[in-house]
Amino acid sequence: MSQSEFVRRMNHGNSAFVDTRNQWNRFHLDLHMLIILIALVCTGLIALYSASGQNLNLVHSQLIRFGMGFILLLTIAQVSPRFFERWAFVPYIGGVLLLCAIPFLGIERNGAQRWLDVGIQFQPSEILKVAIPLLLASYVAKRSFPPSLKTVFFSLLLVAIPVALIGLQPDLGTAILVGVAGFSVLFLGGLPRIYLITSSCSLAVAMPLMWFYGLHGYQRQRIITLFDPESDKFGAGWNIIQSTIAIGSGGLGGKGWGHGTQSQLDFLPESHTDFIIAVFAEEFGLFGVLGLMALYAALIIRCLLISIRSQTMFGRLFAGSYTFLFFLYIFVNLGMVSGILPVVGVPLPFMSFGGTSVVTLMCGFGVLMAISTERNLMERKRNG
Amino acid sequence: MDHYRPFQSRQFEQQKFYSRLLLGCLSMVVLTAVLLSRYYYLQVVNYDDFMTRSENNSVLIEPITPPRGKIYDRNGVVLANNRPSFNLSIVKERTVNLDSLLSNVSKLISISDFEKKQFFKKLKRKRRPFEPIQLKADLSEEERAILAVHQFDLRGTLVTAKLLREYPFGYNTAHITGYVGGINDRELKTLDPLLYSGALIVGKSGVEKKYEQDLVGQLGYQMVEVNSLGRVMRELNKEEPINGKDLHLYLDHRLQEKAYEVLEGEKGSVVLIEVETGGILAMASAPSFDPNKFVKGISHKKYNLLTSSSEKPLFDRSLLGQYPPGSTMKPVYGLAALNEGIIDKEYNIYDPGYFQLPNSKHKYRDWKRGGHGHDIHLNNAIIESCDTFFYKLSTLMSISIFHKYGTNFGIGVKTGIDMPLEKNGIMPSRDWKKRIHNLAWYPGDSVNASIGQGFTLATPLQLAVMTAGLANQGDIPVPRIVRNKNSSFVMKKKVEIQKEYWNYVRKAMKDVVHDSSGTARRINQGINYQISGKTGTVQVIGIKQKERYDIASTAKKNRDHALFIAYAPSDKPKVAIAIIIENGGSGSARAAPAAKEVIETYMNLYPVIPNESNMP
Repeated sequence: MSQSEFVRRMNHGNSAFVDTRNQWNRFHLDLHMLIILIALVCTGLIALYSASGQNLNLVHSQLIRFGMGFILLLTIAQVSPRFFERWAFVPYIGGVLLLCAIPFLGIERNGAQRWLDVGIQFQPSEILKVAIPLLLASYVAKRSFPPSLKTVFFSLLLVAIPVALIGLQPDLGTAILVGVAGFSVLFLGGLPRIYLITSSCSLAVAMPLMWFYGLHGYQRQRIITLFDPESDKFGAGWNIIQSTIAIGSGGLGGKGWGHGTQSQLDFLPESHTDFIIAVFAEEFGLFGVLGLMALYAALIIRCLLISIRSQTMFGRLFAGSYTFLFFLYIFVNLGMVSGILPVVGVPLPFMSFGGTSVVTLMCGFGVLMAISTERNLMERKRNG
Repeated sequence: MDHYRPFQSRQFEQQKFYSRLLLGCLSMVVLTAVLLSRYYYLQVVNYDDFMTRSENNSVLIEPITPPRGKIYDRNGVVLANNRPSFNLSIVKERTVNLDSLLSNVSKLISISDFEKKQFFKKLKRKRRPFEPIQLKADLSEEERAILAVHQFDLRGTLVTAKLLREYPFGYNTAHITGYVGGINDRELKTLDPLLYSGALIVGKSGVEKKYEQDLVGQLGYQMVEVNSLGRVMRELNKEEPINGKDLHLYLDHRLQEKAYEVLEGEKGSVVLIEVETGGILAMASAPSFDPNKFVKGISHKKYNLLTSSSEKPLFDRSLLGQYPPGSTMKPVYGLAALNEGIIDKEYNIYDPGYFQLPNSKHKYRDWKRGGHGHDIHLNNAIIESCDTFFYKLSTLMSISIFHKYGTNFGIGVKTGIDMPLEKNGIMPSRDWKKRIHNLAWYPGDSVNASIGQGFTLATPLQLAVMTAGLANQGDIPVPRIVRNKNSSFVMKKKVEIQKEYWNYVRKAMKDVVHDSSGTARRINQGINYQISGKTGTVQVIGIKQKERYDIASTAKKNRDHALFIAYAPSDKPKVAIAIIIENGGSGSARAAPAAKEVIETYMNLYPVIPNESNMP
């Protein structure tokens, strides 16, 4: 199937996807998405209960965060996407300012300053995960097509500022993901091929330079450990060895909920945060992992459909790039825990324990829902 | 906005977008395939391997804390010990009913509400299954016996042993040994977390702090196999810890006890130093505290009480207390004047009981009303402690010479003792006054300095070292606490002074005790050896640096500090002593007899054998 044919079919087949359940659209609800989200949240809570060592307090506080997230999501869904397009710079500037405040007001944990304490503690870098696709989508959508050199330059500048700030915290994982999210907007927005080639070439050159000058000692160690975890059995390699054993010993069907020995006996560090998939894979096996991946895939497909069917360039770009970012999160987390990517602190959406990421994630899906229902409402008006 | 763009462009844009999105989707599919194959590889292909590893991977690594090195005195009497202490813990997984167990236990032994609260707090935290949680620390022998008898009714309880630091001499050696305590956040940053993962205590002061590296030892590991429920089945592999190094001090606990005893009810310090080696035989600071209280953790309330007390028991006066040395400086200044040729042995003055600078009405008074009279030579000035002689000397000898000799004998510079903290003291000079007070040096400053007052400040340890220097005829030892470290004989520097002057001044110091006019004559009774010394009596009023002591005891606040330095035996000195009693009155009445008691104890314990020099 050639690309053009795919495009033709997509356009042609659009009508088949039209959502006819208009009573939900009236309340700006995307029912498919909502059901998948609820399923993911439930899965996440079940996994968290076991991974935290049957700690109900932890599950309870995570549930409250999900509740807050859902309220935010439903509120945001009521707003017209044009509003977000217009005011996209607000969360961006706010996020960057908060990032700037971190060196002065931040809290240090595990040798990195990523947290800000203003009554509640949160990571400003999480805000940027939504703010950057939002701002770039609105910026690129307004410019001429294809993006001119000037547009590309300013877009990259807008991405580079927060990426640099996050990288200095240091939080390499988030910095890369935020950077990729910004880049993906340009990519979807029709960035000429010549830029793609140039940037991949410069990346290839930059990699060795980064290795020697850009990375902290512990970051380098994590990459070395990836290739030879046994070299540092009780240090940096411990996490990888233990998490691969946890996953591998899960087998097809898993050891059963709450019966994963690796995680329950404390062999696995960070078992309820970044490494939660290892607990899940140990207790529910490959079938469990496949089921979880299917849920993620369903959500991603739903988001891609929203992107394809959006009537505005902004909607398309935001939905597309946010979906990519969401996928990358899952990929990087599952990759690092199973030992094919270096250990960078990237949580698994809906599963890992953590406040800010839950809330910002839901905000992003709120905007997606707003884009989705706007389209349907417009169509309804046109039809009726 | 895209509405205003030509239709052609919009369609082109859309097509481009779709093709890019398709590209993105393809890469997502590829990456997902990579992930799936990885999970398939781990969970299906290598399942057996990982399952075995997971079963074998019931190996936990537990740290084994090495026992902390003990601290002994010079005769092998232990000053800091490790005492086994028994804790009662509960393994929740093995209990039938936690509440009834707790009530049963509290019927047998007393469990405070605080301990219960702490227990439930720890219970709520994340922990391994079968991890014991401490309920009561440091059980008495009786409590242990009761628990052992009722062991079968108390399913789930566990008595575990742990080593606890103990200081048998408590108050006596508190400032020397220091104490250990829990690691605080600030210390956590500077310590190796691996090394301390099992120990959880660290030296906080004294030898415990200074020799932390030696005392702590090397952490060991124990790999234990746990079953699938987390219960320890057997020990697999063990890397033995390296025990902390034991330390042997120069200290003699009997002398230390004596030194602390003579200060009883007073504030002050005694430092007894071996002149040949610089080894500290006794170093007492009163009042003192009980270091054992710190070991199990001291409450904030009690700690604040100790630090805010006007008596300052935690304050080590021997190393940190800075006092005007007063007349104890006179032998050094006398040596300076002779050696620099300012005066000779024939030089003498008439003392009317006061001294006046030219063109000044201000009278600098001698301690003796009416004065010491005619023909006061340097030796008389030392024996009777004549102030007027030295007032006069200050007009002849530049302050820079006072400064040079004072500094050479260790006043105003750190002694280099192996303790965590010590103060500098002050040996004033023109430069010093300019730097600190930004003022010129006045003749009056020299007058005050000449009798060791004014700006001059010294720690009791510095005075003891200076006295050892006088005993050694110029060799200034570096004081040492610990014996098995750098035990080689360390001399700081040789103060070059002619032999003839040494003999003259040392004779005068002997006469301070043994001459009928000497200020310390009352201590020469009943001894079969000779003591050389110098008294000092320091006015408290008008000495700004000491004003905090005034608040301490209003009744005694105006009394003088009593000082005495001495070495014995005079002909072949073995030990030097410096003693300061805050607001103790006069040096001759209060400090000298106390010093004699300590010297007496030393001489009884280590009698000088007459033909010692003939022995190999």
